[in-house]
Amino acid sequence: MNTLKKITKNQLFIPLAALLILAMFNLIMDPGFFKITLGQNNMGNYVLSGYLITILDSGSELAILAIGMTLVTAASGGQDISVGAVIAIGGSAMLRVLCGNDPKPAQLHAPIIVAFLVSCIVCMLFGAFNGTLVAYFKIQPMVATLIMYTAGRSIAAWINNNTLPVISPTASPSFAYFGGFIPGIPIPTPVFIAIICMIIIALVLKFTNLGLYTQSVGINESSSKLNGLNPQAIKLLSFVILGLCVAVAALIKVSRIQTINYSVIAKDIEMDAILAVALGGNALSGGKFNMPASIIGAYVIQFLTTTLYKFKVQSDALPAYKAVVVILLVVLSAPVVREYLSGLKKKIKAGGKEVA
Amino acid sequence: MKEKSVLEMRGIQKSFPGVRALQGVDFTLCEGEIHALMGENGAGKSTLIKVLTGVYTKDEGQIFLKGKDEVNIHSPQDAQRLGISTVYQEITLCPNLSVAENMYIGRTEGALQNWKKMNADADKILQSLDIPAKASQQLASCSIAVQQMVAIARAVDMECKVLILDEPTSSLDDNEVAKLFKLMRDLKAKGVGIIFVTHFLDQVYEVCDKITVLRDGKLVGEYEIADLPRVKLVSKMLGKEMDDLSDIKSEAKAYEEKDASEYVFEAKNLQSNAGIKPFDFYIKKGEVNGFTGLLGSGRSECVRAIFGADTVIGGEVKVDGKSVKITKPIQAMKNGIAYLPEDRKLDGIVGDLSVRENIILALQVLKGFFKPFTKAEANKFAEEYIKLLGIKTASADTPIKSLSGGNQQKCILARWLLTKPEYLILDEPTRGIDVGTKVDIQKLVLKLASEGMSITFISSETDEMLRTCSRLIVMRDRKVVGELKGDELTQSMIMSTIAGGESEK
Repeated sequence: MNTLKKITKNQLFIPLAALLILAMFNLIMDPGFFKITLGQNNMGNYVLSGYLITILDSGSELAILAIGMTLVTAASGGQDISVGAVIAIGGSAMLRVLCGNDPKPAQLHAPIIVAFLVSCIVCMLFGAFNGTLVAYFKIQPMVATLIMYTAGRSIAAWINNNTLPVISPTASPSFAYFGGFIPGIPIPTPVFIAIICMIIIALVLKFTNLGLYTQSVGINESSSKLNGLNPQAIKLLSFVILGLCVAVAALIKVSRIQTINYSVIAKDIEMDAILAVALGGNALSGGKFNMPASIIGAYVIQFLTTTLYKFKVQSDALPAYKAVVVILLVVLSAPVVREYLSGLKKKIKAGGKEVA
Repeated sequence: MKEKSVLEMRGIQKSFPGVRALQGVDFTLCEGEIHALMGENGAGKSTLIKVLTGVYTKDEGQIFLKGKDEVNIHSPQDAQRLGISTVYQEITLCPNLSVAENMYIGRTEGALQNWKKMNADADKILQSLDIPAKASQQLASCSIAVQQMVAIARAVDMECKVLILDEPTSSLDDNEVAKLFKLMRDLKAKGVGIIFVTHFLDQVYEVCDKITVLRDGKLVGEYEIADLPRVKLVSKMLGKEMDDLSDIKSEAKAYEEKDASEYVFEAKNLQSNAGIKPFDFYIKKGEVNGFTGLLGSGRSECVRAIFGADTVIGGEVKVDGKSVKITKPIQAMKNGIAYLPEDRKLDGIVGDLSVRENIILALQVLKGFFKPFTKAEANKFAEEYIKLLGIKTASADTPIKSLSGGNQQKCILARWLLTKPEYLILDEPTRGIDVGTKVDIQKLVLKLASEGMSITFISSETDEMLRTCSRLIVMRDRKVVGELKGDELTQSMIMSTIAGGESEK
């Protein structure tokens, strides 16, 4: 009984249970969901395919963004809604460096690593912009990031003079690796990138005080200040880290299609990232956070999306289905409901005793 | 039920996970009686009040009300309907509404409201209770004391039989307290039973008729005020005979003689943006001094300026004789200064974090971003100080917000002691905590000073400062107006210096 209680009280319980339920549902409806096959893709490489692989693959960007979003939420008590737009900006900047002024370059104008670093700097600058508004001008995070949410995609289009540069496999075969497969490795590259990001954040949380400081600032800014912390700087830092996550997600997104569509790329991904944080049982009002829970939350959302696709839910109707599930999960993990449920359990137990 | 009692609670039990907060507590309140509910923090006062007001549901026990026999109270609304009203320490009214609106909010029926009648009714009540406020006045424009009284007026108008005042005086000055007491006596004359929860012993003896003492969730007893002298009350609350506080005084005296010539900290013309006049200040090694003055005289602002908690806009600062710049708390910390802030909840604790994290926070910040303590190290520090200061907590992992006020304060104290400061500033370390902890803290201050730490100690209770400090800096109207030491350290000297007069000019 006690161990059961410990398990249900753990913050990882809700997202893990959600994963399990989704998996069970699929198992009952169609066991084929879990089939993983090794086949040749159109490049002639042997690759793994199957719904599970799809989930791991396409959940990568979301998982990476959830890392940054968790920190921003913890430190500032608000969310960044400009993530999708800044992905467009970062991707656009990267393509601009790779292609120069030529929308269809015969060869790259710069090494991919340089383009990626430029994109990182750009995204971190935009993160710093958001962070400055939030930390120093004390603007509500959602309102502050609404600016980039609105303007970001136009800025992205402007960077490339509204052209849509395409990097053909002849110009650079390796550019497609980041969003696809590296020849000889059957697992999609984004999975590795996501894992690397997770390892990095785990190390950072272990070997620095990022966790303690962001939580402390998020819970009580004034007392953090009196303990020698600089709350503004820490909030700013969280937005800059999110910017870095955005740049990595942009690399994967652009590499997947080897081009960019300013108005569609990573659309509404910020909402999924925020949901991932909430699903992980983290308070959206900031303070304490649990990073693994957020990351699992991201995969839950991807699992759900993929499941819905599999059952041929039209993509227009997808958000509505998602909403229903999300409402269920979020309400279930709300402290009020949890308290009520545990009270109910107690009552049933007490009632049982009386009868006995 | 007895003839005259308005409220009887019998055998109240309440448990929280891991804690038995109330174990068979009885409580009786009579008509026209002011009844003090006393006990250390964590003794179960708040839990008892919350059971009575329906915030918590009791596990076992019975509650009887006059004329109603046994009642079940499931929510604060239930309690209100039954004539049990509560006025909390923090004002829970809406400052942007008018006094009358605050008195009638949530009590009107239907969608329509006769504003004229409401204002007239409100004025009548205010007048009858002699409260200096107008019905149409915005609440925020009243002083805190008057706001407190409006809250009481609201409660009284709901025809309450039982009025609970939970620490109503902690943010009031003496004058305002006197006004509040007059109101309480008026209500008493009208037959209202009042439960008065406070930490101020003086106030208990000034206004109450009976005292019920709780300890560790159990009833210690109910006493007539005349039968229970102060020392007895304190020993009942602590559960042990208290070694007299005068012991402390004699210890303190000893240090006055010692004269270390070096200044640990020295400030000239220090000024911050919090509106205090520039002031000079110094403290010697092993000295305990204090800032005294009325609430709002600038005591806290002075120490905040020393620590760099407010924006410093002028002055020179020397630490150990060397000129340094202190404009941010981190600079003060690096110079060996520690500061326990006045408002524990707002500036002290980091509520959701564990006791352990709260204790190591300051030292961790000093150590640096890239050098986190390992869990074992952090645990060692936490356990050491939990033991040293006798912090009552389930474990070091417990969130600090679930501890009682006194224990939270000890955690904050532990946080700063852990940084091994040369100069420790304690701003109201004893506010809102129980007598036992108060004594502990005062003793600790003197012990630390004897080990060579310099300490500035601020307290609203003058006798605490007289017991601990060897030098007092007196403030009035945000200005340093005097300094008292040696034989000048008496209650009356402090009073007259605070009050000031022509003689000083």
